Amino acid sequence: MHSFGYRLNGLLTFSVTILAIMCAIASLSDNLNSRSPSAEIQVMNINWFQKQPQANDEVSLTMNISADLQSLFTWNTKQLFIFVAAEYDTPKNSLNQVSLWDAIIPAKVHAKFWIHTSNKYRFVDQGKYLRGKKFNLTLHWHVMPKTGKMFADKIVLTGYSFPEEYR
Amino acid sequence: MDWQGQKLVEQIMQIMLLVFAVIAFVAGYVLGSFRMMMIVYAGGVALTALITVPNWPLFNRHPLNWLDPSEAEKHPKPQVAVSSKKERHQKVNVVLAAE
Repeated sequence: MHSFGYRLNGLLTFSVTILAIMCAIASLSDNLNSRSPSAEIQVMNINWFQKQPQANDEVSLTMNISADLQSLFTWNTKQLFIFVAAEYDTPKNSLNQVSLWDAIIPAKVHAKFWIHTSNKYRFVDQGKYLRGKKFNLTLHWHVMPKTGKMFADKIVLTGYSFPEEYR
Repeated sequence: MDWQGQKLVEQIMQIMLLVFAVIAFVAGYVLGSFRMMMIVYAGGVALTALITVPNWPLFNRHPLNWLDPSEAEKHPKPQVAVSSKKERHQKVNVVLAAE
């Protein structure tokens, strides 16, 4: 601490080190949060269900997605990234996960919502196995922090199935 | 600043930064606002810098008394034995301080 510049350098270095420790503790405090999310997805309509020429099955559906994800937000949360995926198995692949819709929730007030939408991304199978197939819809979320560790989890909703024939 | 002032200022700086860090974290956690934590901490760093970094006179209350130039001339400087080639390029500064 011999001169102005020396003291300034020491102070800045120490303050930034302490800031890093504060951010680490803030991230650890996220573990104290008890989470109770809920969600529900209804498939309102299968819009069409076709076979692409010489190729794979494709389906378009309209969903009504409602969820209450407010308990996932903490003081250290920047935003919530959520997406809905369809999961099913086929003789070709033991697990298929196709992402149908996603969104970013920037604040707690927006985390309790419902939306009536068709799938944002095309639902195409690798093959022609979708007729009569049972599938699950899962709502995944990634809690993106302001600093520190990101948490990811999901809710699995079962009981959906495709029609027996193309339409 | 003198030596004692430097030691005091270093202690003040470390303690103030730690105290402000704790206050900032608690304020942010209780208010549920990350922004509040950063604002309080930044304010604390600025205040600490204002107190500890500049050469305030109150940290110079035990100054060292350097020897008067007239007194120094009465005592010859010790000669450093070097080869004649180097003598032109070398400068030796010997400073005497009174206790």
